[in-house]
Amino acid sequence: MIEVRDLSKRYGDKLAVDHLSFSVEPGRVTGFLGPNGAGKSTTMRLILGLDRPNSGTATIGGRPYRELSQPLRVVGALLEARAVHSGRSAFNHLLVLAQTQSLPRRRVDEVIDLIGLREVAGQRAGGFSLGMGQRLGIAAALLGDPKVLVLDEPVNGLDPEGIHWIRNLLKRLAGEGRTVFVSSHLMNEMAVTADHLIVIGRGQLIADCPTEEFIARSSEKSVRVKGPDRDRLEQLITAEGGRVTADEDGALTVADLEAPRIGELAAGAGLVLHELTPQLASLEEAFMELTRASVEYGAQAHDTAATDAMPVPLEAGPR
Amino acid sequence: MTSTVADADADAAPAIDAGASRGFGRLLLAEWTKLRSVRSTMWSLLLLVVLTLGFAALFTWLTVSQWSRASPSQQRQTLNDPVATILGSGFQLSQLAVCVLGVMVMASEYSTGMIRSSLLAVPKRTPMLFAKCIVFAVLVFIVAEVVAFPSFFVGAAILHSKAPVALGDPGVLRAVIGAGLYLAVLALFALAIGALLRHVAGAITGIIGFVLVLAPLAQLLPGSVGKHIHAYLPSEAGHLIAQARQGPNDLLTPWQGFGVFCIWTAVLLAAAVYLLNRRDA
Repeated sequence: MIEVRDLSKRYGDKLAVDHLSFSVEPGRVTGFLGPNGAGKSTTMRLILGLDRPNSGTATIGGRPYRELSQPLRVVGALLEARAVHSGRSAFNHLLVLAQTQSLPRRRVDEVIDLIGLREVAGQRAGGFSLGMGQRLGIAAALLGDPKVLVLDEPVNGLDPEGIHWIRNLLKRLAGEGRTVFVSSHLMNEMAVTADHLIVIGRGQLIADCPTEEFIARSSEKSVRVKGPDRDRLEQLITAEGGRVTADEDGALTVADLEAPRIGELAAGAGLVLHELTPQLASLEEAFMELTRASVEYGAQAHDTAATDAMPVPLEAGPR
Repeated sequence: MTSTVADADADAAPAIDAGASRGFGRLLLAEWTKLRSVRSTMWSLLLLVVLTLGFAALFTWLTVSQWSRASPSQQRQTLNDPVATILGSGFQLSQLAVCVLGVMVMASEYSTGMIRSSLLAVPKRTPMLFAKCIVFAVLVFIVAEVVAFPSFFVGAAILHSKAPVALGDPGVLRAVIGAGLYLAVLALFALAIGALLRHVAGAITGIIGFVLVLAPLAQLLPGSVGKHIHAYLPSEAGHLIAQARQGPNDLLTPWQGFGVFCIWTAVLLAAAVYLLNRRDA
């Protein structure tokens, strides 16, 4: 179990993590979600003892990371930034880490086979593709068979097959009763992987709840209605308390009123409907909506038009 | 590929299986694996061996062949301390290999990001740095001694007709062993600078400045102040240990000089430990 209490970290005059408190429970995948620059990586680095917090504490099983004597047996971590000497082979990289924990050499071989690195184990890590480097990082994280996993953007750079593999791995690890804490800036990725979500923006907590609840809460519902007598339709709906926006193609988008009620109203007034479609805002849009206020960079890229026009990828392809 | 794995197997398997890798020992083992598993180590140490042996032979041969044309003061210097002549020339160059390797050992952890893996595995940073220091200094010391003795014997054989010298002469054995001691401490000096600057190019520039540039500059300083500054510079003080006896112009004895160099190194290492523990990795 990971416990973060009132954690703050300042870089220069920028508060990267702002009095953040949450805990990560074992037995489920906890997604750590936020736009780029929200402070996810920093929070993870503070949990892992790489950076010193300006205030607050982060503990794993009740102890700060720096006090663990063989930490890789307790916590497995994958950082976003590269953490491998480019001139060292994958095997030797894992061997070094194993030796610091008094892990037997056969554990290195086991992990190499588990992660599917056998083919490249003797090659220098500097020549690895992004995906292979990511796999090596995961191998390092699993080396000590840890009870807690902290993974920063693990699907970055993976192809669809790799993403699928990571998802199943995370679920299996959580199913074995481990604490799995995984960050991402992709809402859709987390929606299919995480059981619980911790959402941050500008270093502050935005949400800490089960994924289903987050989805239900965030998905703004609207209904698309189209009929020949648009003005009558609009009057009826507005009179009933619905909010109406006119679409360019002559349809109406209705908020605050559900599709069955609109159908009843139309039938009662004898109006013909050509279309009546309940619409769920996509998860990605809901997430952007939620974090819009806290987005650090590129306000133009996140204006409404761009959001609406942007296709929502179900899976992050290789970038 | 298969052969690399097999080789590695032969190296370290017994140490782990013996269960000897407890506590600090496992850090030493891991640092040794780090050191032997990158190519820069092999290349730098090979360069150390070739340069030291090569220049010891070349320089003594030039000294002998140019003997009649050398000035009386040069002749006196060689006669007074043949060991310094034999070892000085080779180590003067090969110390650069140690400087570069020492910087690389620490700074490359930062340039490649390996430091993050290292600190995740060993969050207690001071023992990690000490383990690295010990393994690296011992390795450099062994390699330096392995090359210092042959260099001495080759050089002494070439120089024999003009300035005979034997290992049993006063101070000679200490000087030959001292050459290795100097390089071992220089290795730590470079490692500390690499740890402080965390940037390969910057740290190499820094140490070259210390070892090669400061000394000639300090010599330009006038009077006894300049002389003292020059004498107490790390490389100038440190290499005295590789001389059989104190030269007429040396302010410090060989052991005093070595002590001054050790203090420099200890101060830099202490600063490196302090910053390593304070800075975000």
